[in-house]
Formats: sequence, structure tokens, C-alpha cells
Amino acid sequence: MLTSAVISGLGLGSMYGLIALGFHVTYVVSNTVNFSQGSAMMLGAVLGYTFAITLGWPLPLAAITALSLCALFGAVIERTLVRPFADRGSNAWLMATVAGGIVLDNVVLFTFGKEPRGFPSVLATKPIDVLGAGVYPLQLVIPVAGIAIAVLLQLVFSRTRLGKALLAVVQNPDAAKLMGINVRLAITVSFMISAALAALAGLLIAPLYSVHSDMGTLFGIKAFAVAILGGITSASGVMLAGLAYGLIEALVTAYLGSVYTQIVAFSVVILALAFMPNGLMGRAAVNKV
Amino acid sequence: MPPRMALEFPLMLRALPFALAATLLAAAPAPAQDTVKLGLVAAMSGQSAKSGEAIVRGLSLAIDEINGKGGVLGKKVELLVRDDESNPAKGVVAARELVQREKVAAFFGGLDTPVSIAIVPFANQTKTPFMGVWAAGTPITQNGAPENYVFRVSAVDDLVDVALVDYAVKKYGAKKPGLILINNPWGESNEKGLKAALAAKSLPYAGIEKFETNDVDVVPQLSRLKQAGADVLMLVANVAPSAQVVKSLDRMGWTVPIVSHWGPAGGRFTELAGASAAKVHFIQTFSFSGNPSPKATAVLEGLKKKYPEIKSLGDVTPAVGIANAYDAMHLTALAIAKAGSTEGAKVREGFYGIDKYEGLIKTYQKPFMPTNHDALSASDYIFTYFKGDEILPLTN
Repeated sequence: MLTSAVISGLGLGSMYGLIALGFHVTYVVSNTVNFSQGSAMMLGAVLGYTFAITLGWPLPLAAITALSLCALFGAVIERTLVRPFADRGSNAWLMATVAGGIVLDNVVLFTFGKEPRGFPSVLATKPIDVLGAGVYPLQLVIPVAGIAIAVLLQLVFSRTRLGKALLAVVQNPDAAKLMGINVRLAITVSFMISAALAALAGLLIAPLYSVHSDMGTLFGIKAFAVAILGGITSASGVMLAGLAYGLIEALVTAYLGSVYTQIVAFSVVILALAFMPNGLMGRAAVNKV
Repeated sequence: MPPRMALEFPLMLRALPFALAATLLAAAPAPAQDTVKLGLVAAMSGQSAKSGEAIVRGLSLAIDEINGKGGVLGKKVELLVRDDESNPAKGVVAARELVQREKVAAFFGGLDTPVSIAIVPFANQTKTPFMGVWAAGTPITQNGAPENYVFRVSAVDDLVDVALVDYAVKKYGAKKPGLILINNPWGESNEKGLKAALAAKSLPYAGIEKFETNDVDVVPQLSRLKQAGADVLMLVANVAPSAQVVKSLDRMGWTVPIVSHWGPAGGRFTELAGASAAKVHFIQTFSFSGNPSPKATAVLEGLKKKYPEIKSLGDVTPAVGIANAYDAMHLTALAIAKAGSTEGAKVREGFYGIDKYEGLIKTYQKPFMPTNHDALSASDYIFTYFKGDEILPLTN
């Protein structure tokens, strides 16, 4: 039971982590987040399904097209629902992005349809045996992909010119502009990466789950909790928090029973934040003058 | 989160013809009411929209037959459809509009037990017969009102639970079933029913596990049941979560018989759950497949004619919504005819006065009595399974 709970937990945890990384990316660049992340995840799965199953495209092409369109969706969200408000110093982008997600969910409901659909995958048809627990290969791919992306993001932000340029934007947009950084473009790019990460999570989870218009809602909420828990400023912290959250969920369900899952998992989040207000690996915001 | 915002738009579109008609009618001198109006409050949008569609088809086909024979009380029957979006508050608003503004003689309910339960007190207060055709919650008809105006042609959770336990024992020799239930009021209602049904047979249970509609992985819950020695699983959940249970079982490599409430019938179960979908045996009140009765053949032909998009039996799944609604409409018309009036109190007496009706599901003998507002009983249930996209009856 332990093995299967751990594998379940790591798989789910890295999904939360991937979506939460999307919150992290926009936050570190612009101090804003896209609350339609759950919907972006759903869009990734729905577009992937439409291209790969309905239209019968080869899977890599379908996946790349779906991810690009989701990145575009991220850019649209930033331009229409975040920038106009952020420019005026208003926090209304918060509600606007929530609303954008609801609009998208419902547009998909009417175009894609109301019924949940199955997204078959060769990686999720025959379980393999891992330490006595049956596991789909896809369940092993998800954590590997999640951790690799978290490490990659951390490296990009800490080691590369591009990463430093992006981070400079949030420190002091005016100074960044004077240094020749295209601030507006940087922010748009962060939203595109963010939505694409959620879409990737959607594509990866779809074969284990079903594709439908409100599949992202709960993931979006949990991922935000994970982002805060990890300390939204640290990519590895966010991924670690995702894995921890997934593990807690699976272990509580396996050993205490499903009645306690949400109670314990969210209580742990509250407790963790009470003792570590900046999250597991976040740091307090420093205003450099 | 259930969809909300964009729904206003098609609703507006749908309401537009009504609004136009209302304006035209207001301009002309109002004619005496020349139709018998009946209402439907069901999910026409959202995840359960397919159920609303099935109900409309069943009701409409019956109405065509009734009107073809001259209607009731010499008037044509007219159906007014309102969308509850699976939301109890919206259901009550729709019921109020149908009863108070449209003055319907009676109205039908949809798939969602919480919506129907919210409407019940209003129906009883306004003395308007409310006919359930899908939602199986026991308290819908057994609501404790001194004057009960709620009737039903559908399964009843408490009876379903008895039938599920019976089937598990007879078919699989269950000694210690494990319960895997969706975590919502429907799951809760069946938890009580299943416990009572098991207690009546002095059977112990291996455990009761709950899971969420959006749970991706049910392996932890199922592992607990397996460790506790469950020999049969009793499943209560809608189609998508039911599929997650089947997929999780596959992954665990645990082949255990699954006896299920009718959730899997609500959608593309085989597509969602894969090949193992066929292992799930679930309850239904009706199936067109393998049904030799001439009435079933005639109704299916009628449906294909009226709705050309119906081509195969896979297009009329689940048949329960159509069949329950079809019989319920005929029974309601009989009650109104018996009452000789569209007045609620008289129609209610009319229901008690129905002697015999040769329906689609069965031949009803005295279907309603003041002590029993449910026309179907446990002996009317059948067990079925999915073969591809078709629901087939099990022979034993």
C-alpha cells in the first residue's frame, strides 16, 4: 500500500507543482498571477484531445500545437485582463483573471461539449510492476517531467541573462527599462510560459483522468495553495511543496481514510504557513531602494 | 465549480421566442387557455445536459401520442422546459415561474436529487403535482408532508440499495462487500441505504470509502478496501468518477466484482474506463436492448422518426431517462383525465385513481396510492453492463 500511495502522491503532486510553477513564473516577473491557470490546464487537455483524437493528428504535433495555443491564451490574458489593471495600479486583475477562467470554461463547455471524454495513451494502458504496485509508465513520466522543469526554471532564473533580465523587471521596472530590457515583453513572455506549463500538466494528466470543461478548477485551487506553501518566489520550493502536498493527500487517504484527506491536507497548509509565513523556501520581499 | 456565466447567453436566446410570443399575445385579446400546460425543470446545460435531453425526448414522444389522440380534457398538451443547471436555487426559481406565471397543471423533475429535494416543499405548498422521472433520492417522494403532491416513475435509492446487496450476494456470493461512494449527498443517501440493506442480511462490510468527483487516483481508497478483505465492491458515483474507480482497479491489478448504482449509464463509460468497463454491473429501470416487448420496439421507432439523430441503440443511452419520462407523461395525462380538471388537488386524487396502464417499462396496476408515491419497485429493476457504447441487460 505504501508504494502505490507514494507513487500516486508523487504523480499528483508533480501535477500540482507544474501548475503552481506557472503561478511562480508570473509572480517573480511581475508580482501578478493568472488565476485562470486551472482553465489553461483544461484548455491544454481539450486542445490536445481535439487535435490528437478528433482530428487524428500525430501526437507530438497535437501536443506542440496545443501548448503553443495555450501560450497564446496566456498572452491574451496578460494583455487584456492583467496589464490594463496593473498599469493603473489596481488589483482588479485578480478578479479579472478568475472571470477569464470562468468564461473560458463555459466557452469550452459549449464548443467541446458537456460530456467528459476519454484520452487514451500508450503510456497508460498496461500497468508495470514497481515494488509490488501497479503503475502506468505515464505516472513515472509526470514526476520526472515536473522536477526537470522546476530545475530548468531555477537554472534559467539564476544563471542566464534572460532569467536575470526577467527578474530585474519586478525589482525596478524603470531601471530595467533603462538597462534595455523590454519590460512589457518580459511580462507577456512570463504569462505565456505560465499558461504553457499548466497546459503541459493538462496534457500529461488527461490519459489518467478524463477531459472535460471543468477538469481544471480544483487543480487550479490546489496549485495556488501549493504555490503559496512552497514560497511562491522559489521554483524548487514550489515543486517540492507540490510533491509534499500530493504525498500528504495520498498517504492520508491510504492510512487514515478518505474522509480525512482534505481536512488534513489543508490543515497542514495552514499550519505550515503559520510557522513559515514565506513558505517552505520563499524569502520575504525585500524592497531595495 | 459548476458553469455559470456563459449560460445566461443561450438561456436568453431560448427565452427570446417566449418573450416575443408573450408580447404578441399581450397585444391580441387573450384567448382562453386552450392547452394543458405541463412543465419540466431539469438540467439542460452543464455536465448532466444529456439527461435533460433524454427526458425531453421521452416526454415529447408521449405528448405527441397523447395529442394525436385528441389530448386531455379536449385540449392539446404543451410542454414548457426550464433549465435548472443542476443548481437547486435555480430549480426552485424555475418551478415558481412555471407554477405561478405559466400555471402548469403539473411538472416534471430531472436527474439531480438536490434540485428535486429543494422543489418538493414548494410543490406541496402550492398543491401542484410534481413528478420525478430520474432523481432517485428516497426523501423526494417520502417527504413527510401531510398532503404529498410528489410522485415518481424512477428508481428509489433505498430500494436500489436493497437490490444491489441482493445481487452481490446472489451473483457473487458476497460475504464482505466494500463500499466505494462519491462524496456528496447522493453518496451519503446510499451509504445509509446500503448499510441498512447489509444489516438486514446480517452481512458485515469491509469498509466505506469516499472519493471526490475530481479525484484522479482512487488507488489509496481501493487499497484500504482490499486490505480489509472486500470480496465485492458496491459503487455509487456518476459516470466520470466511476470510470476513475475502474481505471484505478486496473492499475492495481485487482479483479473484484463491481456492483453499481446507475451512475455509469450517464455517459461514455466504455470510452472513459476502457475495456474493464464491461465488468461493472449496474442497475437500470429499463433497456431497449434485448427487450422483446412490442411497445419497446414501437417507442424506439417513434424516437428514431422524431429525432433523426438517433441511429443506433448507443444514441439512446441511458434509456432510463427516456423510458421513465415516457411512462410518467402518460400516467400524468391519465391522472388529469381521471380528475376531469387541471386543479392540483383533483389531479393528485386522479393519480390514485389510475387502475391500469400498459406502459413501456411494465404494465402498471394501481401505480400510486396515498401510502406509495413510487410507481416502480425493486422487482422492476434490471442489471445491465456496457458492451461498447451500448447498455445490455444481464440475463441472470
